[in-house]
Amino acid sequence: MSLVAGIDIGSKSTKAVILDAQRRVVGRAKVRTRPDFAGVAREALETAAREGGVAAQDVTYVATTGFGRYNVPFRDLQITEITCVARAAAFLFPETRCVLDVGAQSTRAIKLRQAGKVKEFKTNDKCAAGAGGFLERAAKYLEVSLEELGTVSLRADNPQAISSVCAVLAESEIINHVSAGQSVENIVRGIHDALASRAQSLLSRVGVEPELTLVGGVALQAGAVAAIEAVTGLKVNLPDSPETVGALGAALLALQRLEKRSGAAAA
Amino acid sequence: MLHGAGVDVGSTQTKATILDGERRVVGRAVIDTGANVTRAGERAFEAALKAAGLVREQVAYIIGTGYGRYKVTFGDAQVTEIGCHARAAKLMFPNTRTVIDMGGQDAKGIRVGDDGDVKDFVMNDKCAAGTGRFLASAAEALNLGLDEIGPLSLKAKTPVRLSTTCAVFVESDIMSYLALGKSIEDILGGVHSAIASRTIALVRRVGIESEVTFTGGVSCNIGMVQALADKLGMPVNVSSDSPFMGAIGAALFALERAGAKVEAQAEAAR
Repeated sequence: MSLVAGIDIGSKSTKAVILDAQRRVVGRAKVRTRPDFAGVAREALETAAREGGVAAQDVTYVATTGFGRYNVPFRDLQITEITCVARAAAFLFPETRCVLDVGAQSTRAIKLRQAGKVKEFKTNDKCAAGAGGFLERAAKYLEVSLEELGTVSLRADNPQAISSVCAVLAESEIINHVSAGQSVENIVRGIHDALASRAQSLLSRVGVEPELTLVGGVALQAGAVAAIEAVTGLKVNLPDSPETVGALGAALLALQRLEKRSGAAAA
Repeated sequence: MLHGAGVDVGSTQTKATILDGERRVVGRAVIDTGANVTRAGERAFEAALKAAGLVREQVAYIIGTGYGRYKVTFGDAQVTEIGCHARAAKLMFPNTRTVIDMGGQDAKGIRVGDDGDVKDFVMNDKCAAGTGRFLASAAEALNLGLDEIGPLSLKAKTPVRLSTTCAVFVESDIMSYLALGKSIEDILGGVHSAIASRTIALVRRVGIESEVTFTGGVSCNIGMVQALADKLGMPVNVSSDSPFMGAIGAALFALERAGAKVEAQAEAAR
């Protein structure tokens, strides 16, 4: 059986998705990124193979994406995460016109043409405000799990403002709110609102239009999704595994490359 | 004897200092600020009292400073940390004209007048680039202690050029350099150089005049002291009491006001 894989080496976690020739997901995995990008990519691939009950050696073609994509010697192809995410979003939700990808350090707003091709994109390249890694730290300060953080804001009755200008300075704002006795619900709502407002400012620069597909780890937070829907006025598409959409896109592009190659060989 | 106390509630750590009437430090303490800011101020003050072998009644006046100064509810008054750093720098280094203060989340430049008064100041407000937090993120990414990174940075041969001064992005930047096989020393050389440049650009807005005194928690980092001196082309004063400069300045103000309070009481008694 011929299989392909996409591996997304992100700043916090590395994701792998294995596809068969019919574009069905065979296995997926997520592991913590460390500076040994080649090792971590191999680990993600092997974990995904194990999860899918296949042998890693049966994966014949590997495409990498994410900021560590050039440091994986066993790759056959590397593709930017923008291209990958766009392709996968259109594959999952064919009517997608905009993609919002909120990862640990990066937030990207992407406008699509037909067939999942990128028309335009904006990204937070100089400042991490509004990116998802901040949520992990916030959870620590508020002494709740990341899962609780995701839903607790839905119960806010008096949202507290958190500035959307700097992920680090926002931490002392959180501490101030805690020491002023504000509820966790209201503080987290402020955090989700700040994140959504930052995302909206990127989206408005590419011109937001339906359908909007939300990907990246932040899509797992129901409170963040609600805040993004409120600020954009759009119902968003949510993939089943929002964190691995970049890896899925890489795998889809890997398969396309293989098909082209065998088509050319047949001709 | 008359004593004055200063309590500096910073974003990361809370410092307390007690001065005697001769402006000598007789007690000091530092603790992590945490979420309960008022409690942090009290605990630091009590620890400083203990270190000084004093009881609360022997301290005539307490001044709070730092971002949490209004939470020092047991104090008598508040003074901004900018005023406190200027005053303390002038006490330690009488020829100080410029103060560079780098703390956990802030970076400030202060132009100091002849009496230790503040002529002008500038600070980061929208972004934590160029603060202690950037160094903490770098240390974390390299799995090193905060006290290790400064000395290692001095051993850099060809410092890397970081593509960011964002305290969050620096982590992935460092990971990329590690993946490229750069040495820890060269990466840290780049980290210190990037932050020194960023801070000097900020402080230039108030004008940099010799002598320059470097205060705040980051001034304990020998690599940053060297990077600032190299880029400024002049030596930088650093006190061994550096992290306590805000608290010392507050205690100096406390002593002055305690003196005024005692005089007023004597006046009233006459």
